[in-house]
Amino acid sequence: MTANLNLWLIPVLPLAGAAINGFLGKKSSRQAVTAVALFFSGAAFAMALWVALRFSSLTLPYHEFFAHWIRITGFSADFAFYLDQLSLVMLLVVTGVGFLIHIYSVGYMWDDPSYYRFFSYLNLFMFFMLMLVLADNYLLMFIGWEGVGLASYLLIGFWFTKDSAASAGKKAFIVNRIGDFGFMIALFLLIEHFGSLNFEQVFRSVAPLSAETAGAGLLTAVGLLLMLGACGKSAQIPLYIWLPDAMEGPTPVSALIHAATMVTAGVYMVSRSHLIFERAPTALMVVAIIGTLTAFFAATIGIAQTDIKKVLAYSTISQLGYMFMACGVGAFSAGIFHLMTHAFFKGLLFLAAGSVIHAVGGEQDMRKMGGLKSYIPWTFLTMGIATLAISGIPPLAGFWSKDEILWKAYQVSPVYWAIGVITAFLTSFYMFRLLYMTFFGDYRGATAEARSSHGHGPHGHGEPHESPLVMLAPLMILALLSLVGGFVGWGNHFEHFLAPVFGTGEPAAEAASAATEYLLMGVSVLVAFAGWWLAYLLYYKRDDLPQKIADALGSFYQTVVHKYYIDELYGAVFVKPLIDGSTRILWQDVDRKIIDAAVNDSADGARNVSDEVRQMQSGNIRSYAAWIAAGSAAVIAFMIWMWTKG
Amino acid sequence: MVPLSYYLLLSAFLFSCGVVGFLIKRNIITIFMSIELMLNGVNLSFVAFAAHWHALAGQVFVFFVMVVAAAEAAVGLAIIIAVYRTRETLNVDQVNLLKL
Repeated sequence: MTANLNLWLIPVLPLAGAAINGFLGKKSSRQAVTAVALFFSGAAFAMALWVALRFSSLTLPYHEFFAHWIRITGFSADFAFYLDQLSLVMLLVVTGVGFLIHIYSVGYMWDDPSYYRFFSYLNLFMFFMLMLVLADNYLLMFIGWEGVGLASYLLIGFWFTKDSAASAGKKAFIVNRIGDFGFMIALFLLIEHFGSLNFEQVFRSVAPLSAETAGAGLLTAVGLLLMLGACGKSAQIPLYIWLPDAMEGPTPVSALIHAATMVTAGVYMVSRSHLIFERAPTALMVVAIIGTLTAFFAATIGIAQTDIKKVLAYSTISQLGYMFMACGVGAFSAGIFHLMTHAFFKGLLFLAAGSVIHAVGGEQDMRKMGGLKSYIPWTFLTMGIATLAISGIPPLAGFWSKDEILWKAYQVSPVYWAIGVITAFLTSFYMFRLLYMTFFGDYRGATAEARSSHGHGPHGHGEPHESPLVMLAPLMILALLSLVGGFVGWGNHFEHFLAPVFGTGEPAAEAASAATEYLLMGVSVLVAFAGWWLAYLLYYKRDDLPQKIADALGSFYQTVVHKYYIDELYGAVFVKPLIDGSTRILWQDVDRKIIDAAVNDSADGARNVSDEVRQMQSGNIRSYAAWIAAGSAAVIAFMIWMWTKG
Repeated sequence: MVPLSYYLLLSAFLFSCGVVGFLIKRNIITIFMSIELMLNGVNLSFVAFAAHWHALAGQVFVFFVMVVAAAEAAVGLAIIIAVYRTRETLNVDQVNLLKL
């Protein structure tokens, strides 16, 4: 029995919202724009909930055909939707967190002159993200994939009059192109070898193939190329550099796109393709290594950042690394579990950070914050919960998912586990560092008098103040989810729920005993508290110590502050040669000296010849007659010459 | 019997006179008469060849040329009168409105 769910409505609703606000929003009132934006994103969420309620009565996976798209001999791709446990989880996360962030944005963006444009983009993003999640073939997924990239570009560069925002948008878009190039080649390979991009058809062809243990093969190539795409979208080494810059966008955007949903698209895509990866051990190992390295590397950068959003950005990269680590060790359900809890607590962290920034009048430097606990208690409370959650303090959400990943990683290789645990320690440390620097101690920002006398910006107003309820309500809901969201993992419920998608767990798990699992759990809880304690010590009890440590470390500390000079390195290795090559060779030599010169010279030549030839057109009848006579004489002379010769 | 070459030389001379007159004269009427001279030069070679080869086709052609020349004279003189009315000159160098 196949009930018709009208799944197509879920992505199309936000699209309608985007269109209405995009075309009519400029002349509408803020209230009308708000109503449209919230109605359509809320309707999508309501439909997602409705689908979730009917989920148990469905035959899975559920297919829905909407319209023909490409139909040629030997290949077809349709506008069709695919719903299984995995897409349902993503669907609920995207619409749920998305809707909450829409509500929050009403408060955050209220004073912005381009209010309608913001919501139009935000709804557009929801549309593409839902296409990505619900697509039933790789090509439709790719549309969503590119579409969220577009929405991301538009929203990072939302304040496009600011140079840094405009170039951050460009950077994100260009870096993502590199990943998309890999994704596209993977798609071409799939078409070439399996003649289809439909998930079920591809996986049906892949399933009987044996694992490519002997090294490289088709599936390994596809897997690695897909991973390249995922590296771009999900900000993994070596393509992570765009995400920290993406913080130029409005904070709700950072929360929705660059923490909760879009950047996890890579994890979703890899999980969706798990049949391919499971048969390509080399590719899977690369996924695990990239994930592990990124998790650790980004966490170390996060320690030394002073911009509140940059810390969270590196934290996001690091947590995405965890998800890829999970995928890489074959624990796809653990990766998706972490994706979900991460969407809750990292979305919350960004929104709370937005609330902090709002409170202190647009300041993002944590060194100028401090002591905000008493000014903005609700933000402090929710952000505290999120910090506990991300640090892996039980029983909050992050603990469950992170522990699951570490446990699965341990079964594959203790090395992954060890790096994961160190990263967990670093995570806990930099998150509590953020918390202590922001909310404890004394307020280090500009005083109320100084602020009012300078009278700057739309937010430039007196004492730090709590955000309005419209911003606090989403914070509280997300805080609640961060508190209890992890319990779906209790007794491996979540894994069992996703089992029809990913298969029935890993048989290798039998080898390790429950005792080991509890021991490892103890260790990860211990390092979480250790990180907390260290942050407490350095940034609360003895806040003169960090400076001394930084001085002691000298150049190494500077390297970390400058993010290991990776941006500079990429600039020197890739960007500068490209720009120089383009300028000197392609522009000045090829374009100006060859292409332009060819066009200009042939035009000049034609004009010079014409200048001579036009002398004939004197306008004097007798000269025309003379030309005719001369011509006739020439013809006659020629004929006589031919005649005498032959 | 006068040899054919004499006729042809006279014909060529008449035709060349016409060409030269056409090229160096400024008055439209004179130019027009030069054209007639060229036509008649050609006519002369036609009849000369016709007599020489005992073929009538050449003479028939001459009649055609004379008829066309008469028609051309009618149209040409009408044009010359029209030109004179509008430009008040018969100097071809001053009839150059089409020049840029």
